[in-house]
Amino acid sequence: MQSLPDKHGHFGIYGGRYVAETLMPALFELETAYKQARRDPDFRATLQRYAREYVGRPTPLFHCANLSARLGGAKIYLKREDLCHTGAHKVNNTLGQALLAVRMGKSRITAETGAGQHGVATATMAALFKKKCEVFMGRVDVERQALNVFRMKLLGATVTPVDAGSRSLKDALNEALRDWIATVRDTYYLIGTAAGPHPYPMIVRDFQAVIGREARRQILAAEGRLPDLVVACVNGGSNAIGIFYPFIADSAVRLIGVEAAGLGLNGPHHAATMTAGSVGVLHGNKTYLLQDETGQVRETHSIAAGLDYPAVGPEHAWLKDTGRAQYVPATDAEALDALRLLAETEGIIPALESAHALAHAIKLAPTLSREQLMIVNLSGRGDKDMQTVAQAFGVSL
Amino acid sequence: MSPQNGAPSRITRTFSALRANGQRALVPYFVAGDPDFASTRRLVLECAARGADLIELGVAFSDPMADGPANQRASARGLKAGATLPAILSMVADLRKTTEIPIILFGYFNPIFHYGCARFCADAAAAGLDGLLVVDLPPEEAAELAAPARAAGLDLIYLLAPTTPLARSRAIARNAGGFLYFVSVTGVTGARATLPADLEANVTALRAVTDLPIGVGFGISTPAHAAAVARFADAVVVGSAISQLIETHAGSDRLITAVGDFVGSLKRAMLERA
Repeated sequence: MQSLPDKHGHFGIYGGRYVAETLMPALFELETAYKQARRDPDFRATLQRYAREYVGRPTPLFHCANLSARLGGAKIYLKREDLCHTGAHKVNNTLGQALLAVRMGKSRITAETGAGQHGVATATMAALFKKKCEVFMGRVDVERQALNVFRMKLLGATVTPVDAGSRSLKDALNEALRDWIATVRDTYYLIGTAAGPHPYPMIVRDFQAVIGREARRQILAAEGRLPDLVVACVNGGSNAIGIFYPFIADSAVRLIGVEAAGLGLNGPHHAATMTAGSVGVLHGNKTYLLQDETGQVRETHSIAAGLDYPAVGPEHAWLKDTGRAQYVPATDAEALDALRLLAETEGIIPALESAHALAHAIKLAPTLSREQLMIVNLSGRGDKDMQTVAQAFGVSL
Repeated sequence: MSPQNGAPSRITRTFSALRANGQRALVPYFVAGDPDFASTRRLVLECAARGADLIELGVAFSDPMADGPANQRASARGLKAGATLPAILSMVADLRKTTEIPIILFGYFNPIFHYGCARFCADAAAAGLDGLLVVDLPPEEAAELAAPARAAGLDLIYLLAPTTPLARSRAIARNAGGFLYFVSVTGVTGARATLPADLEANVTALRAVTDLPIGVGFGISTPAHAAAVARFADAVVVGSAISQLIETHAGSDRLITAVGDFVGSLKRAMLERA
């Protein structure tokens, strides 16, 4: 299973390269460059040095004694990706891909962003490596994430609002692809999640897999054995595939991805792609998709802007079908409760995205014994969400 | 490539007839259902009457990743008008009572995939459709559509781009049907003021790797462009400029004649090219 994707970028029936011909040669070029880079000891050493000295890796694995006691079941650990530079796991990927862009001699880096976290992580790397940077962001997101727009600009990036379609993340991705079609010779398109056409899902997974490798080593050091469960939030699914991947061969470790159920799965206001979607093709890959009865892609809702996308990375689709991972939904309200509980019990305010993973952990923990070990990927910190959370709690700032 | 019974397809016959007369094909593009189905039906017939040789009907999609603003808006109008694949096929079937002009669909893969590739190809052929051009379906992923298309006698038309190396173009041409569609610019659809300087050289280079007719599209927006491209290509596709005309005249009596006049001016320019 760990040899996937196959040479055409497929995970079973999922993945592939569903793009306009103009981009196909660029995808081949990227794949070749990436395969050479990952075999190159200098590239690996440079990546490790920046990961250690700039990003702050390894991130801690923290035993939540208070939360575990409160819930009265499994022993809960948090993988603290929220302590990464820029505040989330996104930087693991942008660092790796930015180094690849440098190696490929590309003068400009582009990205799509929803909440702005990936945009900030990309702009950060562009500043560090002296590249021009343009970030595409739906008009709606530009307006509701003004702080991150400001951060990106401060880092020297151009933020281009997208007025097409639903003016949110999927449309930002469309626009980033359109830009890349026109600029493919000198631009490196730095996708933010484990989706898109091959080789992106593989590249993003490989750069994010540092999360799982560290967590596996850390839990073995702390407990002398592997965990019983690993839980992560999923939308595109980069933090989840990053922590799942090094555990895939450990068949006794249950892998659980938590999707955004938004206002509930009865209505249209959610982003639970694998619970409520069907197979389709979007943004370069075949995967699960929220779509209507004629194959048009649906608009989504989640209180977590980073989970508000109608598809999912193709490797998750594969892990779902093979049964190796399970995917479950958590609502906006459950995520908000989880955020508050972690803040109160452990003094940690998670990102709303990560709070979805936590919400499922909170449901599950009391059903398990005290000997069972659960790792929850705390993929990002909650600072960015304070406005949204305050509003949801009826507090005006 | 030919349909299942070995006879040349309607597209192939059209190119052969034009070639025999020393002419090039004019291929207008517009989105089915833009701004409504009644207009699309009339536009097909008007274009055929004004010198179009093939019609390329756009299939509206929620996420048209290879389209510029004019065709994105056209796609949105099509969606609003309910331009689903079943509705488009039923319009094509209706048009087949009055016109023999070859019609190809230009769109994205997901609506076809969702319909079911085999069922769609059978229904499309039954409706009288001639070919399919699926922008986001490169040959590497096309097997699930190519086999039923061939079985149904539909030409599957592939795109080649300025970024496509010649060896790859050769491999693509080997499996292509109808004609090859060369994307004139490294970019998305949309009217441009000028044609790329290397366009003729790029098209000429392709002659070494294929005997199929070569159409050129993306960016061609004036009679002068059409005439220039007709000097070295077998077909000239004009899309965004028509989408803009439709946008300008939507809801007005002038819509059909405005597009018709424009198509007529393209055809005249192409005929006078020498």
